[in-house]
Amino acid sequence: MIDALLLQLGYNATLVTLGACLLGIAAGVAGTFLFLRKRALVSDAISHATLPGIALAFIVMVSFGGNGRSLFGLLFGAGVSAALGLLCLHWLTTRTRLGEDAAIGAVLSVFFGLGIVMLTIVQTMSVGQQAGLEGFLLGSTAGMLRGDALLLAVAASVVLSLVLFLRRPFELAAFDPAFAETSGWSLAWIDFAMMGIVLVVTVVGLKVVGLILIVALLIVPAVSARFWTDRSDGVILIAAILGGLSGYIGAALSAVAPALPTGPIIVLVGFAFFVMSLLFAPKRGVLASVLTHYQYQRQIHLRQGLLALAQGQPIYEALTRRLMFRAGLILPDGVATASGQAAAAKALLDENRWSIVRADQSFAAAATRYDGLTVIEEFLTPDQMNEVDGRIIAPRALF
Amino acid sequence: MSISLVNDAHNKNANLAQSVSPLAVHGLTVSYNQTPAIFSVNMVVHPGTMTAIVGPNGAGKSTLLKAVLGVIKPLAGSVSILGKPLVKMRDKIAYMPQRASVDWDFPTRVIDVVMMGMYRNLGLLGRIRASHREQAIKCLNRVGMADFATRQIGQLSGGQQQRVFLARALAQDAEIYVLDEPLAGVDAATEKTIIAVLQELRDSGSTIVAVHHDLATVSDYFDDVVLLNKQVVAAGPIDDIFTEANLQATYGGRLATARVDPESVAI
Amino acid sequence: MGAEFVSLSLTPIIIGVCVAIGCALPGNFLLLRSQSLIGDAISHVVLPGIVVAFLVTGAVATGPMLFGAASAALIAVLAIEVVRRLGRIETGAAMGVIFTAMFAVGVLLLEQSDTSGVHLDVEHALFGNLESLIWLDAKGWGSLLDPATLRTVPVELPRMMAALLLICIFIFIFWRPLGVSTFDEAYAKSVGIATSSLGLVLVFVSAIAAVAAFDAVGSIIVIAMFICPPAAARMMTNRLGHQIAWSVIFAAFAAIVGYFLAGYGPQWFGDFNSVSAAGMIATISGVILAITAMIGPCRKRTT
Repeated sequence: MIDALLLQLGYNATLVTLGACLLGIAAGVAGTFLFLRKRALVSDAISHATLPGIALAFIVMVSFGGNGRSLFGLLFGAGVSAALGLLCLHWLTTRTRLGEDAAIGAVLSVFFGLGIVMLTIVQTMSVGQQAGLEGFLLGSTAGMLRGDALLLAVAASVVLSLVLFLRRPFELAAFDPAFAETSGWSLAWIDFAMMGIVLVVTVVGLKVVGLILIVALLIVPAVSARFWTDRSDGVILIAAILGGLSGYIGAALSAVAPALPTGPIIVLVGFAFFVMSLLFAPKRGVLASVLTHYQYQRQIHLRQGLLALAQGQPIYEALTRRLMFRAGLILPDGVATASGQAAAAKALLDENRWSIVRADQSFAAAATRYDGLTVIEEFLTPDQMNEVDGRIIAPRALF
Repeated sequence: MSISLVNDAHNKNANLAQSVSPLAVHGLTVSYNQTPAIFSVNMVVHPGTMTAIVGPNGAGKSTLLKAVLGVIKPLAGSVSILGKPLVKMRDKIAYMPQRASVDWDFPTRVIDVVMMGMYRNLGLLGRIRASHREQAIKCLNRVGMADFATRQIGQLSGGQQQRVFLARALAQDAEIYVLDEPLAGVDAATEKTIIAVLQELRDSGSTIVAVHHDLATVSDYFDDVVLLNKQVVAAGPIDDIFTEANLQATYGGRLATARVDPESVAI
Repeated sequence: MGAEFVSLSLTPIIIGVCVAIGCALPGNFLLLRSQSLIGDAISHVVLPGIVVAFLVTGAVATGPMLFGAASAALIAVLAIEVVRRLGRIETGAAMGVIFTAMFAVGVLLLEQSDTSGVHLDVEHALFGNLESLIWLDAKGWGSLLDPATLRTVPVELPRMMAALLLICIFIFIFWRPLGVSTFDEAYAKSVGIATSSLGLVLVFVSAIAAVAAFDAVGSIIVIAMFICPPAAARMMTNRLGHQIAWSVIFAAFAAIVGYFLAGYGPQWFGDFNSVSAAGMIATISGVILAITAMIGPCRKRTT
């Protein structure tokens, strides 16, 4: 395994590993824009729409007396029919009342169905030669030629440079399409470029992971990356890293177990990264959210309980009473302890201060920070505090 | 300036026993992602009245209605309808949500939308009889939309859509009507029609609670008002509560009120 | 249309029609709720379900495989919902993450176990083998009345008919809550409809259709039937009841015409090998959609 990771397992394995890594980087980046633009599954439509083109390219090449297995020719066919699929998708969503999800599904299934029909035609044509075509469904990295790997490398570099060049318009288009348009960018051209890049990545990835799983390489790294950062260029960077790592580790693993197909392993490595991100990312991860939620709920209940205490009202909710008892603010029978009284008075004072602040326009900036919990001292200067306190008529402590 | 204490509303309404109030809310808090939309809201609605819920954008007015009707789950607090929990009293309460929440592309006609109001009584498989259709047409007549019965709902104007939703609420034959901005974005004729229907309902004993967007017409249309800005600032009869001081407190001093000096207006 | 038709074509056509209608019916509601792609997700995950069932039971038996596929569909739907909520990710991305991972697991398991002796390969999972579901023992139209011969009908036929019946019953019973909750979810909740549960049940019923159809026609055609006939129907009318009716007509048409074209079409080109019936049915449904998208009376957006 170490040998595989260090690229010591031989020429073919090294090619595949590096190629998969490059593919992962390119796919991670291209997929980020799809994801940010909330059009993740368009990649599924594109990948399934390649099938008729592949079959047709094969038929055409064979009928011209050729080998029928030229990777370049097959991928060219794939690209053309995927582009056609994209056009149909665009037409359906703009000219009819269909939503994008239905349009994606329609293009995906119909083009794929047509592709299957053509595959069965190919099957009857000349049995021996077509065996390679099914490899595009799931990927087949066995016997990857140097030319194929070079193709991958070139395509990946092209994609990366395009993305680098266009990243600002992409970002604008993903975040606020209307603003992008009024700023002078042509949304249509930006989308066109974005889809074009996804198409190139898809077509190139057909060989390594196959058309069914290329979707994973496009979507999963971007989704995982989102958990770690709130900045879009951060997402792109992390998606590229995660995608490249998935490709690299997945291909290395698959080299160690030659009976297993490469595509699924790469996908599962990427999924493992996703699960880790989902659970453990700070702030946006599940663990972090759950902790924050319970902390927040506790604070709300305590605050409401203290205010009720300060105003002499009963505390109705059992959860509130429990939390307050555990915090040492009330006795089991609901009577306030010394620290409870002090905290209640403080809470009431704070609430009164906030009422004044929120009602007065001169404190407009601070007023927007009111969330029922934050102590007001954090947002006002001492001078402002004195002014606010001067306006409180009610006594400062009720006990 | 003196500011009434927070939750003063509770004290003012302490006299009204919660068991006869058509809609009573206590300590209701709702939050989205650790930001409170409404916080510790207390509200007691009087029977046979029209109550307006008023406040600036983002005050949580829609959130309050949705939490009351069980559309969203609160973080803390309780709701009672005629003294009982909501799940037992759904027959008595009819909801008219904001137009924005609807799928306008859905293949349905005006008359079908009104009949949706009767589904609760019809159940899953109850036969729709001629009497039900007549009832639906009657409700449409009340709001002046009977001629549009077979139109597709997406083809109507904003005011027409709003009237159809009111007809649906009427078809539910409830005692309490909860409406979210019923008059937002409608033409003058629709506004008159809707208010007239609501006032008829109130006069025959129903209770109306509505989020209202237009401060200028609150005192003309409503009996009671609840001033809301994440918390209840003040609540009670219009004459007592709908004062400039309270409004300034609710809107954070951002209200511009036009004052006309009567002497300077030449007639 | 003689005896040969009954033994060689009748059962595949009926199964195809049942599949098409069984998927189109819930597909109408999925379409209106913008959940069409759940069919995509479900069809990708039936593979691991079936493979796991095969590995556990060691045999290619219908019952466990159906159960495995149904469980996989349910797990997928729940996982998608969990990921969506926990991660605050949009639905499409959540689906993409879950179904690709599950499909990858299915392929790995498949390649790892030695299934070469069994007809459990990925191609079959994708586009099935409708043409092979023939009724060899039939001797003509009279066999329909002969109980002994009827027992030899391919098992996929009664299975698909049962699934179709279940789906029709579900839609009939829950017609009103489905309509209201799709049209105006807040209002539906306010009158006490359990919208989240209902949505989950709808997806589950769709999964039943997909799983029952899977063995006959594979997963791709299922997606086509979930989406294309209802979408084409939506272009034709503004009334829900009429939309359902149109979708049934389009689905049946695609199944019948697709099957015939696949079987007899190549003969017009001088070739005697038939092409994939499932693929052709999907293609025809796409053609119908294209036509209605160009000339359907209600095809334009109103808003």
